[in-house]
Amino acid sequence: MAVVAPASDKPAPIRRRSRLSETWLYLRQSKSGMLGLTILVFHILIALSSPLIVPFDPTDIDASLKNQSPSGEHLFGTDQFGRDVFTRVLLGGRIALVITLTATVIAVTWGGTLGILLGFLGGRIDEAVMRVVDALLAAPYILFLLLIVSSLGSSNRVLIFTLGFFYGIAVVRVARAATLDFVARDFITAARARGERRMTIVLRELLPNVMDILLVEFAMRWSWMLLAFSSLSFLGFGVSPPTPDWGLMIAESRKALQFAPWTAIFPMIALGTLVIGINLAADAVAKALGLDRTQGAPV
Amino acid sequence: MNEPFVEVNDLTIGYRNRQGQIVNVLRGVSLVMPRGGALGLVGESGSGKSTLGMALLGHLRAGSQVQAGTVRFEGVDPFALNPAELQALRGGRIALIPQNAAESLTPTMRVGDQIVEVLQFNRILVGAEARDLALELLGQVRLPQPEAMFTRYPHELSGGQQQRVAVAKALAGEPELLVLDEPTTGLDVTTQAHLLDLLAEIVAQMGTAMLYISHDLGVIARVSDRVAVMYAGEIVEVAAVTDIFARPTHPYTRGLLASIPRLTQAGIPKAMPGQPPTPGEHGTGCSFTPRCTFADGTCETVAPTLDAAAQPGQLVRCHHWQTVAKIEFSQELQQAFHKAVRKVEPEPAVELAGVEIAYTRQGLIQRLRGLPEPPATVSDITLTVHKGETLALVGESGSGKTTIVRTIAGLMLPRMGSLKFKDYDLNVGVDRRPLELRQQIQLIFQNPDASLNPRHTVAEILDQPLRLYFNLSRSERRERSIELLERVRLGPHYRLRYPGQLSGGEKQRVAIARAFAAEPQLVLCDEVTSALDVSVQAAVLDLLAELQAEHGVTYIFIAHDLALVHAFADRVAVLYQGRLCEVGSTDEIYTPPHHPYTETLLAAAPRPVPGLRPHLLGSDVPELAPPPRGCPFQRRCPRRIGSICDEEAPPWRVPVEGHRIRCHIPLDELETAQVSAAEHVIPLEPLSNSVSSN
Repeated sequence: MAVVAPASDKPAPIRRRSRLSETWLYLRQSKSGMLGLTILVFHILIALSSPLIVPFDPTDIDASLKNQSPSGEHLFGTDQFGRDVFTRVLLGGRIALVITLTATVIAVTWGGTLGILLGFLGGRIDEAVMRVVDALLAAPYILFLLLIVSSLGSSNRVLIFTLGFFYGIAVVRVARAATLDFVARDFITAARARGERRMTIVLRELLPNVMDILLVEFAMRWSWMLLAFSSLSFLGFGVSPPTPDWGLMIAESRKALQFAPWTAIFPMIALGTLVIGINLAADAVAKALGLDRTQGAPV
Repeated sequence: MNEPFVEVNDLTIGYRNRQGQIVNVLRGVSLVMPRGGALGLVGESGSGKSTLGMALLGHLRAGSQVQAGTVRFEGVDPFALNPAELQALRGGRIALIPQNAAESLTPTMRVGDQIVEVLQFNRILVGAEARDLALELLGQVRLPQPEAMFTRYPHELSGGQQQRVAVAKALAGEPELLVLDEPTTGLDVTTQAHLLDLLAEIVAQMGTAMLYISHDLGVIARVSDRVAVMYAGEIVEVAAVTDIFARPTHPYTRGLLASIPRLTQAGIPKAMPGQPPTPGEHGTGCSFTPRCTFADGTCETVAPTLDAAAQPGQLVRCHHWQTVAKIEFSQELQQAFHKAVRKVEPEPAVELAGVEIAYTRQGLIQRLRGLPEPPATVSDITLTVHKGETLALVGESGSGKTTIVRTIAGLMLPRMGSLKFKDYDLNVGVDRRPLELRQQIQLIFQNPDASLNPRHTVAEILDQPLRLYFNLSRSERRERSIELLERVRLGPHYRLRYPGQLSGGEKQRVAIARAFAAEPQLVLCDEVTSALDVSVQAAVLDLLAELQAEHGVTYIFIAHDLALVHAFADRVAVLYQGRLCEVGSTDEIYTPPHHPYTETLLAAAPRPVPGLRPHLLGSDVPELAPPPRGCPFQRRCPRRIGSICDEEAPPWRVPVEGHRIRCHIPLDELETAQVSAAEHVIPLEPLSNSVSSN
């Protein structure tokens, strides 16, 4: 029998590094990703600490102070009821963040799992479910949202599950399309030939490969949902006044745009930066989780 | 003109990697080509051969730069031309025939129009004249019915026909130099033989020079008159084709030639140790040092230069070429082959009887209308594989090899017939098979890039079968995976790597380790070495043979390379259009009488022996569906005897027990005709006389 030399002469040192820290290492190389992450962390920190640091009571009405421009005392000015805008901006993201984040997690989890499963199973089930998905996508979901919220009330639980359901529909499509890229590969055939269970194939073989796409999807859905939540508040179905909320604030002060623009601009900036931050961070995380990780080796 | 036709001088091409260092893909390459010459460029993947070919066209991969040296085509530097001049050069004076014609032809344009476009672009031929010339070109590349071909779209043509169109398109500009980048890789052997024959003829007729890039030494031997061998971005040896194959003087050339399986030799060729360096990885000395048996201290520190060697026109880059040249190469080659030791037991492992497999099932309406059932993809397969044996399934693409293997694995269901593995019934899908049966049958795939999950580390990959089939604790699985990695000669440090960080050979070893983690009885190997470099291929075969000897497993081995089958298999089943043509032991298959289809395949297989012209049999037009009646090979058979072939299914003829040929021609006639044909056309290789086939 021929003597075959070991395939590699010098063994590389074993470096024990968990996946998380490895991803972090790649993430740190991305400037836009770090910027997005900083913005995101900043927003979260404010949301967590704002009740303790705000200078005024957000619901304190003082007619004598209405529509004052930004000053040393009221950094962002005051609104039509004389409430401190700075205080209300700091507090206005709390409810929106909690509700949309939970709803996005729900949306991506069910949409992603169903999408991968459909892509893997194919055939008639796939065909049938996808037609339902198409029908739901074709209808303007904001109408559904309004319908459900107006009939069931706008409690946080109702909002989370309605948003979570409707935003998951688009995720099904994306996850299924991404999965179709991989189902025909030999490693899936290998898993099937081994006799792995379907759920094992979906979760262990397919999920890691579509994870980066799902993450981008997560960011997209989250930022869209933040806007949708604000629209709901704007339309009067989300948070009820006088609770501070960005969407509600923008809605209430749109009439004051001409003479007291600060009442709308500051919540807009807050909402805008959060959405941008989410997108930048998620893009970078997806890339860091992506195939770049194989140290630039051709894949 | 005093300028040489093509002159490449000290060319270095590199790119900047992420760390900002320059990585050279080509390092100081110099070569000269005369007008009308045919230079073969051989090397393994990553050796820089395609980069060199593209540099002649003035093309660099994105991010690459010429670091030093010059390229001159009749005194013109393609890198100094402006875009308009470069356009005139490419496609006009130099044409490229790429590897994958399917990708190089525009899918939305009729093939005729694509040729007309080239003609109009280069020579301002318009209208009917251009069309006539395009038709002539289509005829010249021997496409049947040029008129009909003219109006087809690329997807309506077979792979071989597409490649012919690519040739016609390249010839349209009447180029002086053709750069061919692996134009026949991925084609069937018979198609390849026809295309090579066509190229040789056209080039001789038109006086076009050829730079033929390939990793396949058999193809190189057939088309080139000089050969340059590349290793790690350098030319390590250049010589006339006969000298390269008979008197190689560089240890790498020798190793490469010794590592390819040969049609005339049974047994596994000698594996070259190690693997080629990745670009930028080589040290100061000779880049082949780590794999070289002649290497000493000088080789590690001093880089050798390309010096004149013994034969006229032979250049070699080695400090010790004189020592190497003293060893007679034919002697060395004889010792290179070794038979794998295995014990075949008389009890059958896999039994197939009258198996028929179809992809499409007739719909209700078709059945009600009484339409005849279309012929099945695979039909009438009766085969027995014994325990511990290696059975090779051989045939061109579309012959049903993979279909049969997938059915055995339970990924498809047969329409008729019975499949048995030991006492288990295989007529059920993998979902319904008991766990111990699934564990005993394992698959290894052709391309490890696709068969290993890119997001799993090697440890996770090996964990899956261990977790599924055996009730092992975490630490036991860890221990077992280290054992398995060591068994396939990868160290435990490979556990934490991703497939993207491994070379092709290493990936395939991981795939083998995964299959053997299940402790299988039957391993189905689907073209397991065809995605690997030649120098690594033999090592993988050795590994498979060792594992077989250790565990007594049975292999069903799919291959299209007949030389490889001769190296590795005990018995061979030849398939055409999903029907068996011939079954027998390796020795029986490779000596007459053959089935006419086996004969065709053997004749078309490229061999690393210059001066051999294959005798081409039949046509290379592939068939899409098997004929409904008669012999499946009737339409392409070179020994067709008449209407009996179309009407009646041929009988099985049995020359000796265990060898069956399905043909209407009596055996003695077949044998006489084939022996004389072989004597006429293929000169016997010197080796086949001196070494017994056992």
